[in-house]
Amino acid sequence: MTNGVLVHLDDVRKTYHSGEMEVRAVRGVTLEIRQGEFVALMGASGSGKSTLMNVLGCLDRPSAGRYLLDGADVSGLDRDQLADIRNSKIGFVFQGFNLLPRTSARENVELPLLYGHHRLTNAQLREKADAVLASVGLQGREDHHPSQLSGGQQQRVAIARALINQPEVLLADEPTGNLDSRTSVDIMGVFQQLNDNGITIIMVTHEPDIAMYARRNVVMRDGLVQSDRAVTQRFDAKVEAQKLTDAEEPEPAQK
Amino acid sequence: MRFGATFKIAFRALRRNKLRSVLTALGIIIGVGAVIAMVGIGNGAKAQVEAQIASLGENVILIFSGSTTSSGIRTGWGGAGTLKIEDADAIRREVPGIVNVSEEVVSNSQIASGNQNWFTRIYGESAEYLDIRQWALSDGAPFTDQDVRSANKVCVIGATTATQIFGSSDAVGQALRIKNVPFTVTGVLTRKGLSTQGVDQDDVVIMPFTTAMKRVAGGTTLRNINVQVGNAKDLALAQQQIIDLLRQRHNIRAGRDDDFTVRNQQEIADAQTAATDVMTGLLAAIAGVSLIVGGIGIMNIMLVSVTERTREIGTRMAVGAHGRDILTQFLIEAVSLSSIGGLIGIIVGVVGSKTISAVKHWPSLISPSSIIVAFLFSAAVGIFFGFYPARKAAALDPIEALRYE
Repeated sequence: MTNGVLVHLDDVRKTYHSGEMEVRAVRGVTLEIRQGEFVALMGASGSGKSTLMNVLGCLDRPSAGRYLLDGADVSGLDRDQLADIRNSKIGFVFQGFNLLPRTSARENVELPLLYGHHRLTNAQLREKADAVLASVGLQGREDHHPSQLSGGQQQRVAIARALINQPEVLLADEPTGNLDSRTSVDIMGVFQQLNDNGITIIMVTHEPDIAMYARRNVVMRDGLVQSDRAVTQRFDAKVEAQKLTDAEEPEPAQK
Repeated sequence: MRFGATFKIAFRALRRNKLRSVLTALGIIIGVGAVIAMVGIGNGAKAQVEAQIASLGENVILIFSGSTTSSGIRTGWGGAGTLKIEDADAIRREVPGIVNVSEEVVSNSQIASGNQNWFTRIYGESAEYLDIRQWALSDGAPFTDQDVRSANKVCVIGATTATQIFGSSDAVGQALRIKNVPFTVTGVLTRKGLSTQGVDQDDVVIMPFTTAMKRVAGGTTLRNINVQVGNAKDLALAQQQIIDLLRQRHNIRAGRDDDFTVRNQQEIADAQTAATDVMTGLLAAIAGVSLIVGGIGIMNIMLVSVTERTREIGTRMAVGAHGRDILTQFLIEAVSLSSIGGLIGIIVGVVGSKTISAVKHWPSLISPSSIIVAFLFSAAVGIFFGFYPARKAAALDPIEALRYE
């Protein structure tokens, strides 16, 4: 019924009022993202990409225009309805991971389930969380607290949390911003694998080489889409990881 | 939604900050504990006073002779000798609802037996007196109506008097000399202890009032008349009828003052318990202040917690928490702290007041109602002081909260 179109933005605008000043952060964006795409949303700071991301993530409402998510108009929903959409249809991955401190990986991953409409028993919560953690390669770390995990592992926990409600779309906001290049490639590997399994991913990044892991790059400038093109020479995380390993070869591998 | 899940979330959050949770609850523990202990001690004191007053007898009306003025010197109540034996008889005869009447004369005298002597109070009473005071004998028998009518030289003595005169030997049947008149001790009274004024009630000799008037006190008038009414609801009516009867008998015209005074035991009790009520109130108020301070502690910590956990709140909202869920979570955290603190405080308060009464020998009385009130109050403190921080958390904008550093 949606012809595979998951996200449909129709002349979306977002204007902020700060005192007398009017800031037009997004000035009319029309965009379609189909099921199974992996889109990198790029642009300099102030280009409006973060604002667009907030709208896409249903954290914010557009001032004008229409936003259809999975065929349903979400531009006019209230705070609580948006929260329900975020819970059931969107998975978030943040730059700073945003895990609850002093809380086990499992309990962090369970969090969206607690706000969902299905009442689950503790055993069901645990089972689901452990399964998703295993799918991002964190088997055996379920009881670790964030402080006991590396940056890459923390981001994997965050990805598991984003996936637990089987969302329509995974929204990643600078997912590699706090990670070294080796770990960044790891995370891109996770994303590519998820995407190969059919999950739609929209990723905000300002790093061109990270954007090369996506299938499509949308570049924003001054609140408008400047370019929108498919990635021709796409990076494969497996290959890139191997390159990094080869470069380190002279040193005896420690890992 | 999902109230159970919110509980789970709130408890997980409290568990994450164990030390802080315990310290915050400590404020409430101390507050509730103090309230329970202080009210317990206050109520204990009140119960003790009430028990002492009850030992005066139930539903008792006291009628005192009037004062007299002689050469400008006023004698105080009982000095004028306006009450006659006939007045007591008339009350017995004419006022309905009365069960016991005792004519009372009081004097102080040296008493002696063998080589021991002692100075004590001599009460002349009717045979009904011991019923009015609900005063049992530990040994022997009371004097009888026949003893009163015949003005026999018999008496019963208090426990203190018995010890002072007869030591550990049996007093019943012994002779007691009062003003060189030999009396036979027919019985020894059980111990009543100190009165509310600190007078030893057991340091006493009680004999028929007829004998007392003739042999000890002299005179023909009564100091006072003790009247016991059968039913508390008849007390006020009987009191008024006694006043009317005595005014009529004493020929007091309307507008003139009574030449006697009527008090009932309830008035005396009210005056005494009013004092302990004030004390209990003061203690509870002081303890209540510490409960309020504990509540402010909760509010303070919750406000710090909301600020510190802004990103957490943003994350929760991003994954689907409604404002209401956040509000409930923080309210549950606050109420859990205060009511768990309240529960522990109840234990601390009960143990504390028991300890104080064991060490200091103060009576303490903890009523279930004071426990329930203290617990509900602690929960209410949590809601009251937790609401503002919780509202603040729920009103956060998810985008700003997520970016909060």
